[in-house]
Amino acid sequence: MATLMAPNQGMLQEGAREEKGENARMASFVGAVAMADLVKSTLGPKGMDKILQSMGRGHEVTVTNDGATILKSVYVDNPAAKVLQDISKVQDDEVGDGTTSVVVLAGELLREAEQLVGQKVHPMTIIAGFREAEAVAKAELTAAAFSNAEHPEAFRNDLLNIARTTLSSKILTADKDHFAELAVDAITRLKGSGNLEAIHIIKKAGGALKDSFLDEGFILDKKIGVGQPKRITDAKVLIANTPMDTDKIKIYGARVRVDSMAKVGEIEAAEKNKMREKCQKIIDHGINCFINRQLIYNFPEEIFADAGVMSIEHADFDGIERLALVLGGEIASTFEHPGEVKLGSCKLIEETMIGEDKLIHFSGVALGEACTIVLRGASSHILEEADRSLHDALCVLGETVKEPRVLYGGGWPEMRMARAIEEAAKKTPGKKSLAMEAFARALRQLPTTIADNAGLDSADIVATLRAAHGADPGASRMGVDMIAGAAGDMRELGIYESFKVKQQVLLSATEAAEMILRVDDIIRCAPRQRSG
Amino acid sequence: MSLAFDDYGRPFIILREQGSKSRVRGTEAVKANILAAKTVARTLRSSLGPKGMDKMLQSPDGDVTITNDGATILEQMEVQHQIGKLLVELSKSQDHEIGDGTTGVVVLAGSLLEQAESLLDMGIHPLRIAEGYEMACKVATAHLDSIATKWDFSPEEVEPLVQTCMTTLSSKVVGRLKRQMAEICVKAVLAVADLPRRDVNLDLIKVEGKVGGAMEDTRLVEGIVIDKDFSHPQMPKELKDVKIAILTCPFEAPKPKTKHKVDIDTVEKFESLRHAEQQYFIDMVQKCKDAGAGLIICQWGFEDEANHLLMHHNLPAIRWVGGVEIELLAMATGARIVPRFEELSPDKLGFAKCVREVGYGTTKERSIIIEGCPNLSAVTIWVRGGNRMVLDEVRRSLHDALCVARNLVRDNSIVYGGGSAEIACSLAVEAAADKVVGVEQYAMRAFAGKVVGVEQYAMRAFADALEAVPLALAENSGLPSIESLTAVKARQLAESNPHLGIDCNDAGTNDMREQNVFETLIGKRQQMFLATQVCKMILKIDDIIQPSQYD
Repeated sequence: MATLMAPNQGMLQEGAREEKGENARMASFVGAVAMADLVKSTLGPKGMDKILQSMGRGHEVTVTNDGATILKSVYVDNPAAKVLQDISKVQDDEVGDGTTSVVVLAGELLREAEQLVGQKVHPMTIIAGFREAEAVAKAELTAAAFSNAEHPEAFRNDLLNIARTTLSSKILTADKDHFAELAVDAITRLKGSGNLEAIHIIKKAGGALKDSFLDEGFILDKKIGVGQPKRITDAKVLIANTPMDTDKIKIYGARVRVDSMAKVGEIEAAEKNKMREKCQKIIDHGINCFINRQLIYNFPEEIFADAGVMSIEHADFDGIERLALVLGGEIASTFEHPGEVKLGSCKLIEETMIGEDKLIHFSGVALGEACTIVLRGASSHILEEADRSLHDALCVLGETVKEPRVLYGGGWPEMRMARAIEEAAKKTPGKKSLAMEAFARALRQLPTTIADNAGLDSADIVATLRAAHGADPGASRMGVDMIAGAAGDMRELGIYESFKVKQQVLLSATEAAEMILRVDDIIRCAPRQRSG
Repeated sequence: MSLAFDDYGRPFIILREQGSKSRVRGTEAVKANILAAKTVARTLRSSLGPKGMDKMLQSPDGDVTITNDGATILEQMEVQHQIGKLLVELSKSQDHEIGDGTTGVVVLAGSLLEQAESLLDMGIHPLRIAEGYEMACKVATAHLDSIATKWDFSPEEVEPLVQTCMTTLSSKVVGRLKRQMAEICVKAVLAVADLPRRDVNLDLIKVEGKVGGAMEDTRLVEGIVIDKDFSHPQMPKELKDVKIAILTCPFEAPKPKTKHKVDIDTVEKFESLRHAEQQYFIDMVQKCKDAGAGLIICQWGFEDEANHLLMHHNLPAIRWVGGVEIELLAMATGARIVPRFEELSPDKLGFAKCVREVGYGTTKERSIIIEGCPNLSAVTIWVRGGNRMVLDEVRRSLHDALCVARNLVRDNSIVYGGGSAEIACSLAVEAAADKVVGVEQYAMRAFAGKVVGVEQYAMRAFADALEAVPLALAENSGLPSIESLTAVKARQLAESNPHLGIDCNDAGTNDMREQNVFETLIGKRQQMFLATQVCKMILKIDDIIQPSQYD
């Protein structure tokens, strides 16, 4: 008969675990640092890729160096590692790039914090120090940012530089000039709206990455109905979301009850008639192209063909919305008032061939902002990765258009922030200053990692950078020059980064590190029993 | 396990399946229970106070929560032990009643039980201990009333409210931004408060959030945010001065509840049914239009046809809005919820100055913000945070702060924080126990004379237990706990100043009035009542029968 229980035995459910104090802290540090180390080698232009094999059927393979994608696919059991996964995902949603940096920075912060804890500095003191360091870093970052928004020429150059910098760490690096042009052209077409929905990316295997192109117009990966015109000029387009198979009766409980074959025929005729009327109404809108979200049966398709109207079926929901936006029409579901429905229009619709596939190409569209980027590449894996890379670049550019401040890249902002923090730490009394210095060290780890990944002598380069920034505070433009393998002037090299991305990296990483540092107890509930 | 044996040494079977049950009795049982309760309390102890640490909890499904809110920790720990569950309930009831101090109440209960343990060792009967605690609790709460001060505030002068909210928030992850957050909370509470009646309906404050951005972006929306978008992608994204119709009927063909069949046997019927159907949709939209609505908010879905007709008639609409939101919207905009199209009339429409759809970052998620409602009786606090765990924790913290502000509106008496109230009460209880009347001339004077016998010990124990709170505070702040506690206690006695507490923030003064650290009187009082009650309950148990764990 058990009289006294050992602490926690029987308190929690069977299978639950509790880790306390130092143990808990150790577990979260180890988890977070392991997570950061996992993606660390993908950072920077010379970062390596990872192969991810899915657990599901087919064991699909993804090759990527996008931090968010890697972390998303890794199954982790460590709660602290989950926090890092989460910040990387948020970074992806919020600004689209810097997903690796944010995890690496958070990991480095925790690594530094671990040492401080070892020196018997209370976690709360570390947090206080980190917070002050973050404030200093943020101020320095804001001071360091510059904007060329008033000079369109220079701004375009900034954008190109940013795109090149972002792309240089991805698979597109060989053709980065080409893709930077592509991305910047696409973004500038948006005229500052930053609405990435108007940019459509189509992936077609075959050809080389270099063959990818930007199309001023809209390309829909669908087929034109049989026997219908393949080319229409001055198209008037009705975009619809309506059933074009058999129009169901929506009134509940309706059923057809007939007593003879003749009646069946009559009803069938009536049904056909109904569809014919519907088609006629659609044609009466004075259109020559009809695009439906749902499927179009052969019968209506035939009617449209007879009327010389191009009909496109199965434009899925996304496609329809984008088409409506691009062509400037409304998505219609009733066709009673032809005069009042806003039709979409474009100069030319034609079928084009890309590789083996036929696509429908809309050019001269009402909304000049829209465009389509057609990606070509040797295999689907390359295309997927190219898509992710381009998406990152587009996101960053979109953010930059909204918030035109930019920074130099190549570890330049980190070096600047680190220097400012160290200056401030010198003036801060108490143990907090230790934490601030640790923060500065963690920031310097980013250029160090970039250099390490490129196989350069990181210690030497970072020391040179540090000296350069120390000698000329606020004015030095030195960063890591990957090609020369030394410190170099970032402005001359044209390595730029978006201010918004860097700021978000700083804020999220500090927040996550703080969150993990505050924990002194980990309680894991018993895993849910799954039946079967 | 058996209780009695017959002449042949066979056990009498009294309980069903007696063999498989374990049983603990008497002092053993009480002690086992106390141990369990102490374990739970010990987990929470390090989360107390502004420098308290967080706990990381992993749910059965692997989701991670990071929090230092006592109620949340206990709830998600999935405590299995019966006595542990009592403490979970304790923390929960503090949460429901007051909304703050959920950690403190458990720490207090744990320390009360710890003290009871040593009294049990002295051979004092558990019930006598319980009675002593009860008396001590009366003395302590009476003392609390006497040291409480009233803080007057008016809608123009909200500083005291803000200060109190800041005390609550300082122990949370939002500590960095406590000023901003406290102001948001106070504004929100005052916006919905019914000041003459001193009542606040917290249902009217929604705390919503989206991951992303920084905590600094958190703000108060004087209106309602719903996590939906307009039903048709091409409806205008921003509406000004709009009349709102709130419907709880779907824009779909009618679906009578009685079972029925519509039989079609001729072509004419087929035709007429088709027309009826079309007419039905047109009528629905026309009715909305006729009533003068500029925006339709519907609880149900729309048929594609109806959706297009709405769009066609320039009637923006939002579909699939949840029931709670519908009610809030109705309250805020002054609209009546209309269950049938036939009942729609101009006087049932609500009004809002501005309705707009906003998107976030690079994802396609959108929300609709409805602002400038005539009855500013519903507000939303829109929280942003770097990741989901931060966001959730901020929401919990804000909830606590809102509760505190509400309690102050209800009853504006406050006591000072930082453990000062606990120390003062502890002194008072001790004084009462010693029948010393003089230094502390408080309400228990008439009462103290009656305390003779073993209850005295229990009351002293209670006094010691109260000190656990400041002790934990000092410990968590990295101060030498016993030294700082005794120093403060000595000063309180010497200066008879009940506002001296533990200096957790390293501000250089022990006077909580200068540090502006307050807690609500009802919150504190509730903590003591609840903790005492739970102790009493646990002490009264003398027999535990439970099925064996291994069967």
